[in-house]
Amino acid sequence: MTRYESKGNKDTRSGFGDGLTELGRTNKDVVALCADLTGSLKMDTFAKENPDRFFQVGIAEANMMGMAAGLTIGGKIPFTGTFANFSTGRVYDQVRQSIAYSGKNVKIAASHAGLTLGEDGATHQILEDIGLMKMLPGMTVICPADYTQTKQATIASAAWEGPVYLRFGRPAWPVFIPEDMPFEIGKAQLLSEGKDVSIIACGHMVWLALQACETLEKEGISAEVINLHTIKPLDAEALLKSIRKTGCVVTAEEHNIWGGLGETVSGLLARELPVPQEFVAVNDTFGESGTPMQLLEKYGLSTESIVSAARKAIERKG
Amino acid sequence: MNPYSISQEKLPELCRQVRRDIVRMVHAVNSGHPGGSLGCAEFFTALYGSIMKHDPSSFNMDGIGEDIFILSNGHISPVWYSILARTGYFPVSELATFRKLDSRLQGHPATAEHLEGVRVASGSLGQGLSVALGAALAKKLNGDDRRVFTLHGDGELQEGQIWEAALAAPNLKADNLICTVDWNGRQIDGDTEKVMPLGDLKAKFEAFGWLVFVIEKGNDLAEVTAGLQRAVEASGKGRPVMNLMRTEMGAGVDFMMGTHKWHGVAPNDEQLQSALAQLQETSFGDY
Repeated sequence: MTRYESKGNKDTRSGFGDGLTELGRTNKDVVALCADLTGSLKMDTFAKENPDRFFQVGIAEANMMGMAAGLTIGGKIPFTGTFANFSTGRVYDQVRQSIAYSGKNVKIAASHAGLTLGEDGATHQILEDIGLMKMLPGMTVICPADYTQTKQATIASAAWEGPVYLRFGRPAWPVFIPEDMPFEIGKAQLLSEGKDVSIIACGHMVWLALQACETLEKEGISAEVINLHTIKPLDAEALLKSIRKTGCVVTAEEHNIWGGLGETVSGLLARELPVPQEFVAVNDTFGESGTPMQLLEKYGLSTESIVSAARKAIERKG
Repeated sequence: MNPYSISQEKLPELCRQVRRDIVRMVHAVNSGHPGGSLGCAEFFTALYGSIMKHDPSSFNMDGIGEDIFILSNGHISPVWYSILARTGYFPVSELATFRKLDSRLQGHPATAEHLEGVRVASGSLGQGLSVALGAALAKKLNGDDRRVFTLHGDGELQEGQIWEAALAAPNLKADNLICTVDWNGRQIDGDTEKVMPLGDLKAKFEAFGWLVFVIEKGNDLAEVTAGLQRAVEASGKGRPVMNLMRTEMGAGVDFMMGTHKWHGVAPNDEQLQSALAQLQETSFGDY
């Protein structure tokens, strides 16, 4: 397998903040809005360097989404910043009508997604957002794997025409994506080649998938690891190429089992290539308070869960 | 005032033609919202005929250098579609496609079909003020000194998002934003005073930091035009402007006035004839 070294831990939200800072310096059309979470979203530098292009909207997410839609009229490229929960469920109708149906070029930057938000508990730990967003026609859904990739994805989103949902998280997490690895929206990344099982993951779970791949290698199982950072549009070609070779799939995501990456892959398999699939995801429940690692462990989103899912998927191939 | 449009003397006649269009459009598909549409005929005639600087012949989404309009209460699409067609945004004949399959004139306004004049979808209420605020801020960033106009229903003010935007607009100094509320006092379930009273609207918006004017006769073309002109002159001075415009739902058609019942009901054949008899034919001609 291809090995990836962690260069230390850094939060993906800082990748967003640094990407936005760079955009502020290079693209005068980029503007940003934040609903009282500037520090949490790491938008301070952009706000400081571009006071005229940064809008503090207060705790009023619905208004923020509408304002972002309006800012596109006149050619601006707005990034909205708040937690994933308040970027999706709280403002679904605003995103649906004023942004998605209206075809507005808004980039919805959503931090603190999933269980790894941690101690704040289930009110803030949205596990349904990928599903909510991918169901909107024309919406692009991206969930990058680490700090480096979140920065790349932020910059790529500005150049991408149309609404984007960019999902990232709170905790410090291994930084392992090589800086020279090209990032393209809608193009899955084959991180490690294998022949027995395809492990398809997004976000924080990609690092755990690579750890699982190492464990499986010691057992003599050759796993292929794919970073599906873009859930929509789906890179069907890359996935099918891998699955044709391996004949079974494990999907891993920090999301409810319903509606997320796993079901997206299932749909593809049902239509094109029915093979066994095992799901590593939250099993249709809300989260709770705890540290990120405790929560991942308790809700079955660990390296061990991916390893056992891989064994099971291979077994089911018969 | 507007170099692109119809001569000012003909605007009263245009306003009557808009009313004929509205009742004919909703009758043809036995659906749509005639009441609020009729009540806003003077507003749209004044706005598109006299007040806004706009170029219907070369519509583009960004509208740089032009005044732009955002309709927040999208259900009164018939009156908007009529004025857009009658001022040259798209062929008048297209009004015949309203609410039909494959039409660009959706039940509620949308951008997906690229209808000239429409810059955001509306229908789900309460969202237009936020969008207009964003558009107004974009104009400021672009160094564009033109304005953003809106229209809202009074019932729509029951939506919480309106008040989020109402709080933000003065704080963000959007003094190029000129809003108008269609203050007809009626909504689907009855009188606004009974469904959920709005209280002292003028005091509410003033407390939020708006410059507020009342247009008492919203179905008097001269008064609406003067009211909008007053708002234009008051803009650009640090505060967004709000017009509270008293109108009569169903104005111009006697049996549709004095009730909320024609909010979303189309006239039958007989009622259409009765309505058209009250709205004398014009030199613009029916579509």
